[in-house]
Amino acid sequence: MMMDPIDFFLILRDSLWVCLVTDALLWLLFLGFVVGLVLILRSPLQRDVWRNVFQQRLAVVSAVVLAVAASFALLDSIHFRQPLPALIEDSGAPQSTEVRYAVEVNSVLDLLLSGLRDSYEKTYSAPLAVNLSALEPVTIALPDGNVEVRREAPRLKVAGQAFPPGPVSASVYWIDVAKRLAVGALGGLGAFAVLAFIGLALHRWRRRAAPQSRYNHPVARRWTLITLSLIFILAGVMASLSDNFHVFGTDKVGQDVLYQVLKSLRTALVIGLVPTLVTLPIGVVLGLAAGYFRGKVDDAIQYVYTTVSAIPGVLLIVAAVLSIQVMLDNHPEWFATAVERGDVRLLSLCIILGMTSWTGIARLLRGESLKMREYEYVQAARAFGVSAGRILLRHILPNVFPIILITMVMEFSSLVLAEAVLSYIGIGVDPTMFSFGLMINNARMELSREPVVWWTLTAAFIFMVVLVLAANILADAVRDALDPRSERP
Amino acid sequence: MLRYLLRRLFYAVPILIGVNLITFALFFMVNSPDDMARMQLGVKRVTPEAIAQWKAARGYDKPLFINESATALQQVTDTIFFDKSMRLFAGEFGRSEDGREIGQEIRQRMGPSLAIALPTFVIGLGLTISLALMLVLFRGTWLDRTGVVLCVGLMSISSLFFIIGGQFVFARVLKLVPISGYESNPWTAWHFLVLPVAVSIVAGIGGSTRWYRTIFLEEIGRDYVRTARAKGLSDARVLFGHVLRNGLIPILTGVVVVIPSLFLGSLLVESFFGIPGLGSYTIDAIAAQDFAVVRAMVFLGSVLYLVGLILTDLSYTWVDPRIRLK
Repeated sequence: MMMDPIDFFLILRDSLWVCLVTDALLWLLFLGFVVGLVLILRSPLQRDVWRNVFQQRLAVVSAVVLAVAASFALLDSIHFRQPLPALIEDSGAPQSTEVRYAVEVNSVLDLLLSGLRDSYEKTYSAPLAVNLSALEPVTIALPDGNVEVRREAPRLKVAGQAFPPGPVSASVYWIDVAKRLAVGALGGLGAFAVLAFIGLALHRWRRRAAPQSRYNHPVARRWTLITLSLIFILAGVMASLSDNFHVFGTDKVGQDVLYQVLKSLRTALVIGLVPTLVTLPIGVVLGLAAGYFRGKVDDAIQYVYTTVSAIPGVLLIVAAVLSIQVMLDNHPEWFATAVERGDVRLLSLCIILGMTSWTGIARLLRGESLKMREYEYVQAARAFGVSAGRILLRHILPNVFPIILITMVMEFSSLVLAEAVLSYIGIGVDPTMFSFGLMINNARMELSREPVVWWTLTAAFIFMVVLVLAANILADAVRDALDPRSERP
Repeated sequence: MLRYLLRRLFYAVPILIGVNLITFALFFMVNSPDDMARMQLGVKRVTPEAIAQWKAARGYDKPLFINESATALQQVTDTIFFDKSMRLFAGEFGRSEDGREIGQEIRQRMGPSLAIALPTFVIGLGLTISLALMLVLFRGTWLDRTGVVLCVGLMSISSLFFIIGGQFVFARVLKLVPISGYESNPWTAWHFLVLPVAVSIVAGIGGSTRWYRTIFLEEIGRDYVRTARAKGLSDARVLFGHVLRNGLIPILTGVVVVIPSLFLGSLLVESFFGIPGLGSYTIDAIAAQDFAVVRAMVFLGSVLYLVGLILTDLSYTWVDPRIRLK
């Protein structure tokens, strides 16, 4: 299942890199996150605040889970087009020196999961099954020379290769599953142990270099290690089971469901994070300006945000998405590949979600800046003749920063949930992409099939709940620690 | 009071015009009527005549804002903007793509929407407030902690899962209620309504319970609560007589504003359970890319929201005698 590392790098070396807009934005956000982390670690005050967050076990576990999801999304955000094999003429010489690239756009994650991606079955198959979930007519040669046609669930094409052809006896099956479970768990634990050993050694070395280390968070460290070890074991089990099975089964066209949920993580993170890039500039500028300048400016800004928030959120999004969709449909010539088209649609969805959700933070910040403009230090700055823009930037913005951050983190989970609903309505992400919403949408008809196809929905459910729950828990912890308005018990 | 009401109604007019400008820009300026015609008629092999005919039939062949070929007031009134957007103020919603009167449809579909939304709202509100009060009564104990964890858990589950799961378990496996459908008489249609109402309540219970709990906890730290306790009132009396009544003020802000919008129904629940309400009407319109219907629903939604805002202000004077509207 794992591909040869040398092949892996050769493919990456020869490919044409494709940078989608959302790729760039996701990596930009990651960069911003790293910069923010460095700034926090450098400032003693901020470190103390964040120590409160990461002294809570659940917050640490959630942060690790989100980080793992984010690393999948980031790996899925490096795209490339593989070179096509050069056409050979009759004479044996290559037709031209120009390299041609496949139309199909893949990501590094696709390459890592190529075993899962390419393992198509005929149609539905249950998790860990060796037979198809549907019955098919099978002709069987009877010993008396006649043939009989029976309806049977045939063996899968890709899964169950480790077993000899024909029916698999229960004992053979379960021994194989148990063996793979054990091997996977041990392998995952081993990989984790090696990495943890290196990490702890580095940590120890740093501690020795600077005995009064500022990175000493026993709770955070312990729970990071526990969570990571569990995730590694889980990943190991999945990987070793995937060698012979589809862990979450296959969908209607026979595609592995585990691959689909892993691909959906990127869509969920893009939807959860990118709209805030639109929301924040609009909401912060308008909110602060309305509160600080009051009067006519306030009236105008209040008018704008009352108008925007008067339109029911879903309907405004629907209206905007429908219009954009018609525009994209009428201009197929804008995009070279289907992936680029899907990406532009995803981006426009993010922009629309951002444009419709800035009113909340604008109203919040208007109140704050209305209050803060009366504070003594702001009055003093004004008396010294500091310009309004500078006051807002230097004296007010840093003080409302916690509110901005909390809103952003809280927004994440509601955006991820909104994506599912929008994709269900049919105005979400492009149907050629992977997303939890699309999976749920496809799955709702499957529950009325016979036998019931429950696994796509279950897989989407598990991954989505874990992601959103982690985000909610982390948001709570951040709010408790950072919000000046919440009283700490 | 009356003057206040009139002023608020007067303020609502520019906001509604703004709403119309936004929807107008989305529907007619991002895509020209020609684009819409091409999409409705199918992109391939559309003759210019067919487009012109399609536009003329729907009145989309006029200029957007100013008609220079007309005279006097007609310059403004004989345009798409006036025809399609300003007419909405008079309650003239026009016709949908399939030629039906939108206003008529809205009147018909309001009932089924309300049949779902009203019980959901009333029972849900009562239930969440009671649950929140219970958590506050047992604050600091394991019951409170489990309750909060449960709330966060429920909040993290997409409402789609509740709907699909509820439908699967109660309608398909246990066969307690029909999977979907509706009867025009709401009194006999209750067995169609039980599941959608229950599912909507469960889907919304986590977020609101947690929110109300925070509000009540904030109230419980105030001085009047200490006074009430000091004079020997029981915990329950303090909670129901004082904390609940004071906590209602912030709760009203979020609750009253949605009451008028109950007419609009719920997009998801109605379409899953086959309720012929306004929510499923909107979904169908979206699927058919019927812009006239979506435009009408946007306008209706905004009007109902603004009514909700005014009602919120009025409700304050009712629960909080300190507030006087001028």
